[in-house]
Amino acid sequence: MSELAERAAALRKTETTGALGWRRPSYWPFIIPALVIVIGVIVFPWAFTIWMSLNEWKVGAPTTFVGLANYLRLPGDPRFVEAVWHTLLYTLLSVALPLIFGTFAACVFHARFPLRGFLRGLFIMPMMATPVAIALVWTMMFHPQLGVLNYLLSLIGVPPQLWIFHPATVIPSLVLVETWQWTPLVMLIVLGGLAAIPSEPYESAQIDGANGWQVFRFITFPLILPFLFIAAMVRTIDAVKSFDIIFAMTQGGPGTASETINLYLYSVAFAYYDIGYGSAIAVIFFVLIIVLAALLLYVRQRTQWTQLTREAPAEAVA
Amino acid sequence: MSARRLLDKIGLALAIFIIVSPAVLFFLWMASLSIKYEIDNSSYPPVFIPDRFAWKNYADVLASNRFSTYFLNSIIVTGTASLLALVAGVPAGYGIARTNATKAAIVILIARITPGLSYLIPLFLLFQWLGLLGTLWPQIIIHLVVTVPIVIWIMIGYFETTPLELEEAAVIDGATSWQVFRHVALPIARPGIAVAGILAVIFSWNNFVFGIVLAGRETRTLPVAVYNMISFDQLSWGPLAAAAIIVTLPVLILTVVAQRQIIVGLTAGSVKGG
Repeated sequence: MSELAERAAALRKTETTGALGWRRPSYWPFIIPALVIVIGVIVFPWAFTIWMSLNEWKVGAPTTFVGLANYLRLPGDPRFVEAVWHTLLYTLLSVALPLIFGTFAACVFHARFPLRGFLRGLFIMPMMATPVAIALVWTMMFHPQLGVLNYLLSLIGVPPQLWIFHPATVIPSLVLVETWQWTPLVMLIVLGGLAAIPSEPYESAQIDGANGWQVFRFITFPLILPFLFIAAMVRTIDAVKSFDIIFAMTQGGPGTASETINLYLYSVAFAYYDIGYGSAIAVIFFVLIIVLAALLLYVRQRTQWTQLTREAPAEAVA
Repeated sequence: MSARRLLDKIGLALAIFIIVSPAVLFFLWMASLSIKYEIDNSSYPPVFIPDRFAWKNYADVLASNRFSTYFLNSIIVTGTASLLALVAGVPAGYGIARTNATKAAIVILIARITPGLSYLIPLFLLFQWLGLLGTLWPQIIIHLVVTVPIVIWIMIGYFETTPLELEEAAVIDGATSWQVFRHVALPIARPGIAVAGILAVIFSWNNFVFGIVLAGRETRTLPVAVYNMISFDQLSWGPLAAAAIIVTLPVLILTVVAQRQIIVGLTAGSVKGG
């Protein structure tokens, strides 16, 4: 199946370039306005950030070129090192949980039932709603004395928690909000994958008398695996740079217990106005995101070609 | 057999209920907080539907003259940034799709991956140097970081799926490439433009991080204004929740009304702003 799709894509590619190759220059005018904007607000800031990171650059003081000194400061900065660990923990949880719940939700929404579109609309509201507004209400719900969550816990006999107000529970509590907010995106991506699965393997599985779990494990799961990787990648990128929720709810607190790299970057650049050091953090932060994304892409490439195309369908159909 | 099917149906209904309820209950609780007086909001056990509705929470928020300024700011920033993104991004998506300039898409990907804060440091200095701080322009310009990549990304995908035959026929009839775009490609692409526009508006409207750095007292957008209410008004939950609802209601309505377009756009590009 994938071979066919590949060939079709290749065919289409040669067709397009063949028919349109000679007109290529005339398309530049279409791209130029956007190119100007992209250079102004994306390329220039990046170039300037790299330049600033090589300088001792503080607001109100003369700037001096210091080479890599700002970068060399990072490993010895306990707050930065701590922020890296917070970010990794936060990301790991905020990728894993939405993936699990999102896959489950996608399987449910794949079924046909009345009001499906409307319910799906309700389900995706958390990720579309304004994050600050959401954060505000979650903060009220997390309130140790008056919050509704502790009341709900008391109904099932669980003692009240301090949620975002205690260093030990602040990151899990924020992950709870992040999971609530972004499970719908995973659901949508996986739902797209489910829609692409042909019905034949299911029919033969039914004839062979497979139960629900077996069908999921040996047919659905291998076939949606590429989509799970896409979801994991998107989620990783977003979770690493999560800002609105954390900033609005805890500002990295209590103390620095929920300070991620992004939050620390904000403090360095806009509270201490240490522009040079902040820029260095921004660059390293970007590298970290690229590395995490590349890692997932690498795993995906390997899984897709070895397991997916050979074992899984054979196992499923046989 | 029919008992089994009934059981399946009940199981499905239960699963749907479990999945949808966290979202629904949250927003219902948000609404409940916004229509209660302080006495109900601070009672234990919590009251879900109060005896008296505090509509005055909404009236108070809407009546404060600052709030209308911030609302207007949000509309100007989101409106301008989305419109500019469509004007520049739709032709760009067309050009990139037709020239197969897939490398151009890498820039868009980088924009998607980069944390919003990274743009803020250099652009903040630039705006300061240009003397733009204190106006809405810095926010409009920096919101382009969010809106332009969304529009280009979605439009590339869309124009790649529209048929080339019509455009080729127009070229044979002697149309210039601009005429082909304007009269052939653009009308077909209308649904794609709607998707791109809706997502650009939502992510620009929701954006918070750019505002906290760039907005002054007079130039706050709604998310920043709500955030500032938290720090000053810790204890009065009713008006705070009312403000939160007013900020996010336009987006929620858009989500339910245009959920088909939003889902198409999100799954096509897996984009998110910021």
